[in-house]
Parts: sequence; structure tokens; C-alpha cells
Amino acid sequence: MLKSLLVILMSAVLVDNYVLSKFLGICPFLGVSKKTDQAVGMGLSVIFVMLLATLATWPIQTYLLDPNGLGYLQTIVFILVIAALVQLLEMILKRYIPALYRSLGVYLPLITTNCAVLGVTINNISDGYGFVESLVSSLGCGLGFLLAMWLFAGVRSRVEVAVPPKSFKGIPITLISASIVSMAFYGFAGIVEALFK
Amino acid sequence: MGNAVLIAVLLVAGVGLVAGVLLVVASTVFAVPVNEKETAIRDALPGANCGSCGYSGCDGYAKALAENSDVAPNLCRPGGHDALVAISEILGVEVKEADPVAAFVHCGGDCDKCQTKSEYQGIESCASAKMLYGGPNACTYGCLGCGDCKKVCEYDAICIEKGIAHINRELCVACGMCVNACPNHLIEILPKKTVAVVTCSNQEKGAVVRKECANGCIGCMKCQKNCPAEAITVTNNLAHVDYSKCTGCGTCVEGCPVHCLSML
Repeated sequence: MLKSLLVILMSAVLVDNYVLSKFLGICPFLGVSKKTDQAVGMGLSVIFVMLLATLATWPIQTYLLDPNGLGYLQTIVFILVIAALVQLLEMILKRYIPALYRSLGVYLPLITTNCAVLGVTINNISDGYGFVESLVSSLGCGLGFLLAMWLFAGVRSRVEVAVPPKSFKGIPITLISASIVSMAFYGFAGIVEALFK
Repeated sequence: MGNAVLIAVLLVAGVGLVAGVLLVVASTVFAVPVNEKETAIRDALPGANCGSCGYSGCDGYAKALAENSDVAPNLCRPGGHDALVAISEILGVEVKEADPVAAFVHCGGDCDKCQTKSEYQGIESCASAKMLYGGPNACTYGCLGCGDCKKVCEYDAICIEKGIAHINRELCVACGMCVNACPNHLIEILPKKTVAVVTCSNQEKGAVVRKECANGCIGCMKCQKNCPAEAITVTNNLAHVDYSKCTGCGTCVEGCPVHCLSML
């Protein structure tokens, strides 16, 4: 049991990295990766929201949608629930933990409709994970997102000062460097199987 | 068939309704009391979050202004005169202009004075040069001279001479762009009145500084002892001037053995 959870966690972080292998959540990946501390803040917020979203959506799918044969409503219901949840979370944080609210505050609304968060919740269902497995997988995906953000912020601090040809300036050179980082991540393919089998 | 559609619609509507009601309830239960003055001041500030007022950002400055009447309303530089007038109106105080300010580079280690440890041939940018072992100069605290500040200055107030940046304080409008651009954080916005300034930012011990740069502050404390206004303190082997106390008498400049103090 523990071993299978560890496999789920490791493969979510390294092999099936949401940003670098599945190309979900590219918007914050490119938008908030200019500075390392911001990237880490964003990554931590995403971990938090992914866990919370899974906590809410898995029971909804299992006990509300599936028994009524409404699995096809997954996307719209999940978006609704996640958006409301993040709003609620924002209010609670603002009231009780203002320090955390100030550091996460900018990122929370950005995450509300983040495709990585939606992707995690939907993939957990389509992979047939149980409740605990879903949570572990969400944690892994969040950690993977954090790792990707952090690594890329480091790469980007160097890319920012470089002088590429004019037509490559800004987003194009950032996308090219993102693709190189993504290719580098393919080096992890197979590592989990080799480690645990 | 009709039944299935009905159930789907009802279910989504139900989830939406529950979420909506929950949010409405939460927004009243978890409502944070907001100081009306604070919101008004926050709207009057430009929202650049530059931090040049000395607070964490526009929100922090607005909060400080609303809660503490000792906080000066003229600290916002990007907002300038307009923001000052608006804030003074909200607070009900007299409009009092801030002292004129301009930027200054805390480094005097030009190519005659500062030793070089390597030759840098890369991207012409201080940020890039700094990434390579702290830059080509022996002193890793000083001006790198690649002109990152000059590139961002929109008022042509900065020139690079003998490998270090100089700011024309007549042309400078204290926008603070160069302050953020300098990777070594050498640039500070100072009052335009006559004050003593430290032309060094090196925090190493005296012996190390002497080997690196002829202009470096060795932290000998002479200026701190000499200053009649007690405006100078030496912390981290480096002299700091309190510009609000400095009278511009020049005693410290005469006494400094390494000539890293000068008058503006």
C-alpha cells in the first residue's frame, strides 16, 4: 500500500510532471517564474489548492455524479466547486491568517481556474484512484509544479539578462528555454519503475 | 430522456446554489473591518508598490497613514504632488511638499582605485557580470560599470565614467528605476541638500578592503567620532550617514583617511 502510494507520488513529481510533461498550468509557469521567491510562493499555493480541490471533488464525483450517471458533468461541476472553494479559502485566510493571505493573496485568484488544478482532479478520477491515492497524487502533482517553477525561475534569471536576437526577445526565448527544461525532464522517464521494481 | 436532462440541470444548479449561498454567508461571517480612510488613501496612491516610501507597498503605506498621524503623507515618490494633495485632503492636513531628492551611487571605486581580478567579456549587463563570481572587480560590493542603471534611466541622468556610474543630480527626478536595476543595490535616493555621503558599500573588514580598493571604507570609526551632529554610524564595517541629522559641516570628509566620504 505504502509502496504504491510512493510510486504515485514519485511519478507525479518527476515522470508525469504536470508542467513539463503534460503541459498543463503553462500560464503561471511563464507568468510568475521571473523571480524565485514568487515562483515558490505560487508553487506552494498550487499544492494547497490542489489538495483542497481533490478533497472536495473526489467525493462529489463518487457520491453525487457517478450514482446518477452524470459523469459527463465532471468538468463544469469541478470548475464551479474549485472556483467557489478558492474564493472561500481567500476569505477565511484574509480573516484569520492575514500574513499568509498577503503572501499568497496575489496568487490565489490566479489559481482559481488554473488548468493544472482542474487537470489533477479530473485525472485522479480517470486513473481510477481511491480517495487516499487521489490526495497523494495531488500532493505529488503540486510538488512537481513547485519543482518545475523553481527550476525554471533559476533558468529564467539567466535568460532575462541575455541578449537574444530581437525577434526572440521576451516570450519566444522563454518558451524555447521551457522546451529545453522539458526535454531535460524526460531524463526521468522510467526512473520510478527502476527504483521500485 | 427529458428526465436525465432535468436531473443534470438540477444538479448543476444545486451545486451552484450551495456554493453561492456558502460564499454569501462566508463573506459576511469572515468580513474584515476595513478602515475607510485606508481604502481612500490606497486609491489615491499609484499602486506601483515600489517601496520608496519605506513601507512594504502601497497597502502598507496606506495602512500606516490611516492608523498613525505621525507618518508623513509626502513619502510617495511615484505619486508626486497629485498623490500628496489627495492624501492630505483625505487626512485633513496641510499640504507639505517633501524635500527634493535625487539618486546617488554609493561607490567611488573607479578603474584607478579598484583592483580587477578578471576580465569580463560577456553580455554587457551588470546583472550578468555579477553572476560570474561577483563580477570582474576585486570588490564584489561595488559598481560593475556595465550600465544597467544607465539603460533604465529615462532622463539621461546617468553616465559611466572610468568604470563606475555617476548620476547627474540636476537631471535626476528620483523615479527610482536605477535603484531597482542595480544588482549590487548601490543606488539610494538622497535629499538634494548638502549632506555627507559615503562613496563605498563594501562590508568587508578593513584589511580586506585595503587590498581590493583604494577608495574603500575600512570602518575605522573616525567619522563616527568626529561628527558633531552624531549623524554617522559604522555598522558592518561600513559608515552610514543619517541624512536627517547631517548638517553638511564637512568635518567627516576632512578626517576620512581613505577619502570615501564626500559632500554633495
